[in-house]
Amino acid sequence: MSTTANEAPRSRGKAPAGERVADWADGRLGIYSLAKANMRKIFPDHWSFMLGEVCLYSFIIIILTGVYLTLFFHPSMNEVTYHGSYVPLQGQLMSEAYASTLDISFDVRGGLLIRQIHHWAALIFLAGMFVHMMRVFFTGAFRKPREINWLFGFLLFVLGMFTGFTGYSLPDDLLSGTGIRFMEGAILSVPIVGTYISFFLFGGEFPGHDFVARFYSIHILLLPGIMLGLVVGHLILVFYHKHTQFAGPGKTNKNVVGMPLLPVYMAKAGGFFFLVFGVIAAISAIATINPIWAIGPYRPDMVSTGAQPDWYMGFSEGLIRVMPGWEINFWGHTLVLGVFVPLLIFPLVLVAIAVYPFIESWVTGDKREHHILDRPRNAPTRTAFGVAWITWYMVLLIGGGNDLWATHFHLSINAITWFVRIGFFVAPVVAFIVTKRICLGLQRRDKDKVLHGRESGIIKRLPHGEFIEVHEPLSQEQLHTLTAHEQYKPAEIGPEVDENGVRRKVKRTEKLRAKLSKGYYGEDSQIPKPTVEEYKEITSGHGHH
Amino acid sequence: MSSQDIPEENLPAEQDAPHGHGSVRTADEQNPFADPGLPPHEHRIQDTDERAAKRSERTVALLFTLSMLATVGFIASFVTIPVDKSVYIFPLGHISALNFALGMTLGVALFAIGAGAVHWARTLMSDEEVADERHPIEADPETRAKVHADFKQGAKESVIGRRKLIRNTMLGALTLVPLSGVVLLRDLGPLPGTKLRHTLWSKGKLLVNMNTHEPLRPSDVAVGSLTFAMPEGLEEHDEEFMTEIAKAALMIIRLEPEAIKDKRELEWSHEGIVAYSKICTHVGCPISLYEQQTHHALCPCHQSTFDLADGARVIFGPAGHALPQLRIGVNDEGYLEALGDFEEPVGPAFWERG
Repeated sequence: MSTTANEAPRSRGKAPAGERVADWADGRLGIYSLAKANMRKIFPDHWSFMLGEVCLYSFIIIILTGVYLTLFFHPSMNEVTYHGSYVPLQGQLMSEAYASTLDISFDVRGGLLIRQIHHWAALIFLAGMFVHMMRVFFTGAFRKPREINWLFGFLLFVLGMFTGFTGYSLPDDLLSGTGIRFMEGAILSVPIVGTYISFFLFGGEFPGHDFVARFYSIHILLLPGIMLGLVVGHLILVFYHKHTQFAGPGKTNKNVVGMPLLPVYMAKAGGFFFLVFGVIAAISAIATINPIWAIGPYRPDMVSTGAQPDWYMGFSEGLIRVMPGWEINFWGHTLVLGVFVPLLIFPLVLVAIAVYPFIESWVTGDKREHHILDRPRNAPTRTAFGVAWITWYMVLLIGGGNDLWATHFHLSINAITWFVRIGFFVAPVVAFIVTKRICLGLQRRDKDKVLHGRESGIIKRLPHGEFIEVHEPLSQEQLHTLTAHEQYKPAEIGPEVDENGVRRKVKRTEKLRAKLSKGYYGEDSQIPKPTVEEYKEITSGHGHH
Repeated sequence: MSSQDIPEENLPAEQDAPHGHGSVRTADEQNPFADPGLPPHEHRIQDTDERAAKRSERTVALLFTLSMLATVGFIASFVTIPVDKSVYIFPLGHISALNFALGMTLGVALFAIGAGAVHWARTLMSDEEVADERHPIEADPETRAKVHADFKQGAKESVIGRRKLIRNTMLGALTLVPLSGVVLLRDLGPLPGTKLRHTLWSKGKLLVNMNTHEPLRPSDVAVGSLTFAMPEGLEEHDEEFMTEIAKAALMIIRLEPEAIKDKRELEWSHEGIVAYSKICTHVGCPISLYEQQTHHALCPCHQSTFDLADGARVIFGPAGHALPQLRIGVNDEGYLEALGDFEEPVGPAFWERG
């Protein structure tokens, strides 16, 4: 507002309508103090910061289209004979859930579009969360004070997986029913209580008459309700912590540099919602997703080949496909390791990445706030761990589609299965070592650039005939950006005897931490930043080498 | 772990403070790596040239207009295009005309708004970067002390620390009360009992062809073919059809009797005709692929492979045990019949299976 000191205060009656509404609301909600802190809030700009926005917007799109779908979908497993307009299935027995999904697809105008937007947005939501999580991971944005928001985000990813699973199971088609059967088989493998959980979940034996209605309330109420709360909490914390930023001139750990919420960020972020929605609508216009009419209604004694879950469930599919079929029978009981072990590893894969921030903060012992993002190369061990985790995940994803890999690339399914079995253990280790090497190489290059300048591509011939490439010195902005990262010294256990020569007791955790710290920040794990002395010595007129 | 056990000097030093926004940047003799502060703002063409700004304004307005037209197109498509009309669009093939028209018009209507807003923000709104202070999240020591003192006072006034009986009974009550909610879940389903051990098959039940719904004779089953069967009396309209077929589904093949390696399999077969549960012992997918040369049956879900000529034992994949075999024979009228139920539970293994 351009209120200046000499502007006469306007009487209430003459104030513009918007201002009067705002005054009214302020008297009741106190919105001015809220707006004072937030209306011109600064948001830093970087392309990777919009990944989270993609998730938020696809979540909103899912809710909007989901509400529409509930108006037409019948969550019932009553068997009916189909009389709708899709000719190939006329006269067939199917559940009401399946029949109403056919109606949405063929008889409700625009129903197919909304169904496809809903499903595409769900895939993009999960993919967006995965990539957003990796952005946060590799830049170290999860460090204090953002560990709780990391967990909120992680929970959203996990709940998103299950909301997706319960959602695509609702139409009760042959493909999703097969997925439900897989889930039931997995539950049965749980020792002692598995059979009971299965009977309670399905209201008796599989498939029974209940699971669609039960999944419906889980899918449209329970899980999205929790997720909505988490999303709101996630956003409140983003506002409260203020966004992280990459190092650069004028950017410190104590400030935040960027554009104000009103108007720039509001226009960009608000506009981006429409961009995301528009693209998803266009995808849904041209790319069919989950054509349940081609798959057919569910029957527990039928199946199609190439059955695949949605992509985000693929890694669990991989686990179950490559696990050897171990079964132990004893005292009239069966321990179904072949299914139960994958069921246990499934959450472990996810938890491995979720707890990482806490492990790192324990190793560094750093309790300060961090608002400047790391470049992945400058945290080689973290980056290597992240790549190893992604490799692990991807190996399992390959296992989940082993039949498709086999048919599309003319490979032996046995060979792929064995590749995944071995790769499960070996590939992450290889990825870890390779990534760390690459990071260190990039750190060396940065150091070289700082000390010797940028390669200009100009070749100069010296009087005595030697050819050299001219290196251009970097600007102070670039020098600062390339040397702004923090480097830890490895933690040491300290002397094992105190000043009186008495042996000090060293806890095992302390030893472990010193070891980890050495792995993180030891000589082989980071290239020392160029120092001012080094820089001055090289640039003080001795020329280039 | 507290932060005290890491010596301060192991933590990296705090960054140098910047020289301030827009300060004159002289080459720092002391530290060439010091933060030079925010670079000066560079003007865009729209900031200096009004004609360029006008062009941007027209572009944004054009995009918003396009969105309006697309919405009109959406409504027009909804009204005019029949829901069952299909149209050929290269390279998509034959697709629903209505879905395509609605999706594309909606897509354009939304995208144009977004593109307009972003273009507006990028070309016409101020692009000057601003720095904002961050404040530590941790409260200052006075606030911290005040909150702790307030809490202690509140706790003291509640007398919860002194009146242990109240505290303990309250904790007991609060612990017990959620139990009601758990108990209420009991009726979600019946107890398993022995339901997973029994199927509809029993002595004398005829094997009915799943496709023709006719009872099978040995002559209906050719060597090398795969036939699916269900027990007589089960109808697709039955209330419990799904649950029953999920256990009773049967696959029947005919082998040369001399090709059968397993002794019990041969005993339970009839003229080389063997009947196995169709439900995979891994996680319950119906096995539907049969390779007649090798007598292997393959589950398409997780690729468990069973050798039907050798007691249906697992030869590859994640399944843990062989498919249960149904003992069959021929009744007086020459139809294939079951000689009892499966002797072990069909489908995925479970704790009580044994």
